[in-house]
Amino acid sequence: MSKQQQSKKAFSIFDHVLVPKHEIVPDSEVELVLQSLNINSKEKLPKILSSDAAAKAIGAKKGDVIRIYRKELTGEVQYYRVVV
Amino acid sequence: MTDFTEKKIGHIKFSLFSPEMVRKMSVIKVTVPDTYNEDGYPIDGGLMDQHMGVIDPGLRCKTCGGTVHTCPGHFGHVDLVRPVLHSEFARVVAGILKMTCNSCSRALIKKGKNSAGVDEILTKEEMIEEMKKVKKCPYCGQKQEDIRFEKPTTIMEGKRVLLPIEIRERLSKIPDEDLEMLGLDPKSARPEWMVLTSLPIPPVQMRPSIILETGERSEDDVTHKLVDIIRINQRLEANLNAGAPQLIIEDLWELLQYHITTYFNNETANVPPARHRSGRPLKTLSQRLKGKEGRFRYNLSGKRVNFSARTVVSPDPNISINEVGVPRSIAEELTVPIHVTPWNIEECKELMKRNEYPKVVYVTGKDGRRRRLMEKNTDELIQMLDVGWVIERQLKDGDPVIFNRQPSLHRISMMCHRAKVLPGRTFRLHVAVCPPYNADFDGDEMNLHVPQTYEARAEAEELMLVEKQIISPRHGNTIIEPNEDHISGAFLLTRKNVKLTKDEATQLLGAAGIYELPEPDAKGLYSGKAVFSMLFPKTLNAEYRTKLCREEGECSKAQCPYDGYVIIKDGVLKHGMMEKKGFAGHLLEKIFREYGSEAARDFIDRATRMSIYAVTKFGFSVGIESYHLDKDAKEKVLRIRENAVKEVEALIVKYKNKTLQRLPGKTLAETLEDRVMVVLGKARDSTGAVLRDYFGQENSSIVMANIGSRGSMLNAVQMAAFLGQQAVRGARIKRGYKGRVLPHFMGTDLGAYARGFVGTSFMDGLTPTEYFFHAAGGRESLVNTAIRTARSGYMQRRLINALQDFYVDYDKTVRDADGNVVQTKYGGDAKDPMRAKRV
Repeated sequence: MSKQQQSKKAFSIFDHVLVPKHEIVPDSEVELVLQSLNINSKEKLPKILSSDAAAKAIGAKKGDVIRIYRKELTGEVQYYRVVV
Repeated sequence: MTDFTEKKIGHIKFSLFSPEMVRKMSVIKVTVPDTYNEDGYPIDGGLMDQHMGVIDPGLRCKTCGGTVHTCPGHFGHVDLVRPVLHSEFARVVAGILKMTCNSCSRALIKKGKNSAGVDEILTKEEMIEEMKKVKKCPYCGQKQEDIRFEKPTTIMEGKRVLLPIEIRERLSKIPDEDLEMLGLDPKSARPEWMVLTSLPIPPVQMRPSIILETGERSEDDVTHKLVDIIRINQRLEANLNAGAPQLIIEDLWELLQYHITTYFNNETANVPPARHRSGRPLKTLSQRLKGKEGRFRYNLSGKRVNFSARTVVSPDPNISINEVGVPRSIAEELTVPIHVTPWNIEECKELMKRNEYPKVVYVTGKDGRRRRLMEKNTDELIQMLDVGWVIERQLKDGDPVIFNRQPSLHRISMMCHRAKVLPGRTFRLHVAVCPPYNADFDGDEMNLHVPQTYEARAEAEELMLVEKQIISPRHGNTIIEPNEDHISGAFLLTRKNVKLTKDEATQLLGAAGIYELPEPDAKGLYSGKAVFSMLFPKTLNAEYRTKLCREEGECSKAQCPYDGYVIIKDGVLKHGMMEKKGFAGHLLEKIFREYGSEAARDFIDRATRMSIYAVTKFGFSVGIESYHLDKDAKEKVLRIRENAVKEVEALIVKYKNKTLQRLPGKTLAETLEDRVMVVLGKARDSTGAVLRDYFGQENSSIVMANIGSRGSMLNAVQMAAFLGQQAVRGARIKRGYKGRVLPHFMGTDLGAYARGFVGTSFMDGLTPTEYFFHAAGGRESLVNTAIRTARSGYMQRRLINALQDFYVDYDKTVRDADGNVVQTKYGGDAKDPMRAKRV
């Protein structure tokens, strides 16, 4: 890839090795996620700022729940955060 | 929880005493600078006046009529004939004077304006800064002089010293609304109150005098200081009334200021501390509160614990790892409560009859009255003893106790042991339990606590017992394990061709508390492996390769020429020898997981005792001889060393004529350093190999390094061959003079010996320059450990504080105290490392 081509390609933070995959949990699944964690409200989830680079990149809005596929030492883990 | 909140503290407010307030709460004006008269009776109007409370039994407080036990004490006061600055507020007072007019005492800027008189909304901080700049009062137009504060209590205006009288006058003229601009609350802290006119005298209870054995009274330091204050105050008054010259008055005034300053804080900067007759500095008010031995850290944060003991620890390989040896004298002091039930009442009565060691000390009836059991009331109390009573008996063998060594960095710094009462004055500890406590026996002290309820005892035994902590919760490996001599002994015993007579075998097994013999061989002898196998559970099966096998490539397992492949079948060691990783790690872990903690504890107890017996019987030692090289070996080592040094020289030549191949991302000089370090490091390694071959398997030092019981090959190399490259900050030593480390070298010398390579061994002795290099490297490691412990300790403290109420919930999520999810699955896999089997 030439330098020009490279600069044309849209920049994505997810290309970086240290940034895990983020996705918005569809509204229909949110309830299931909360149930799986035995909590009754999104308030109990860890938070992520709506201004967070990853949250912005996937277009998450306040109140959305984000699923993060993290690669831990112990294997891949799904982690949830609510956008605030 | 809210049901329990009776009253909540909304806020706390500190304020200053006004002279009126001091007089209002005072019960007496103290006028006599003395305490007791010749009859030992408090002088009226003196510092020990009975209006201020009583400390002598039999006397009654003249204010409240209470006795020593009921009177809380009452404040008195002294009226100072001349006002005196409160030393702790002197700086604040100077600041306020700077911000107010010297003639009309108004704040130096008007509200809503800046220092130039222009409208501007300022914050409090800005306002204070602005006021200090003003040269002319915006109200009366008076020119403002410079105010300067001089430690400890002098305030200068221009070149003139401001007397406290003037200061007080100025401060009291400041209107309330201006005070608010200055950041003061006129209701609770009028600035003139910072200049003392009346001084509260604390109650007698706060400064009790003590009676020495000689019958003499010795007054508290605070009382001494108050005597000084009152005495000078009186002299000042007398001189004022007599119309003494201003100079004398000012001297006395100054002296009064000094006494009051040291009364509050005897460590005020630039003030010589007031001393006792003996020359010891007095402990005045501030010293009572401040620092490690002050009221806060010593009395309020630091509470002392009952049912605990502390003494030096020493090793005892003959007790179980679950036990702790408790000195008899300590066991007699500590007690365990026993609840009397229909089932143990007879036993309790028997215990009460005893008049020596395991005896009952206290008996508590149903009414809750606790009575000391004494000879004269024994019979009576035995008669009265009934179900529901509680007796407290002395600590005896088998009682669960909690044993601890500071710093308590992790949960295994406190473990439950069973008491074992022994003669002597030290706590005895099995050496295998040292690692979790990080204890050694160079004078370490440890603490012991006796749980006082059945719940606490059960909890300690179920959760904290030593045998249940054999696997560390941190990494899932054994942490309580045989080490050093235990490993050496097990190795010596399990070598090939160890044949023991029946006597010898019996002795070894007896040491481990095993009273049966394995099957003898054809000659009626017992192999070491067979004897050692008696320690294993009868159904144990294991197979693993140890590092004692030095075969290249494929492992020939049972045919291993080095006997390095361990095969245990049905609890019998068929092949292989014991070494650290297999014995202390693999096998112990296997026994713990497959046969439980009791079996593992039993294995450690017996194996360590047998190994120690074996190592003593076989004999195992090192001496100067162990590190002596014959001519041949010496030559080999020297050749390696000299080749390395020559190779370094060659690199330097290449470097100097710039033919050295530069490593990516490094400068040429860095490349040289890297290459040199590699060459010299290699020399050290290959020397290790030479020594291994030369010393063979019979040299104790090498054996210990091989089986992992103590020391490493590097240690042996450093003693027998040479120390090798010394490093500071991970590189060759290059600090010192310009271009060279020591004046002994040429400034251009980059060679091995000029940059910290030590070519001699501890056996040969180091040359002076080598000694210097070694010291430089050694210092770095000392400094590093000191810094590392301090820094990691603080880091850990912060982490612990931040994470302290996180817990793993039943659904295996990690939650905080409010039930918020912190981690969706504990550790990512919800596994407890202590119970997880590693692959």
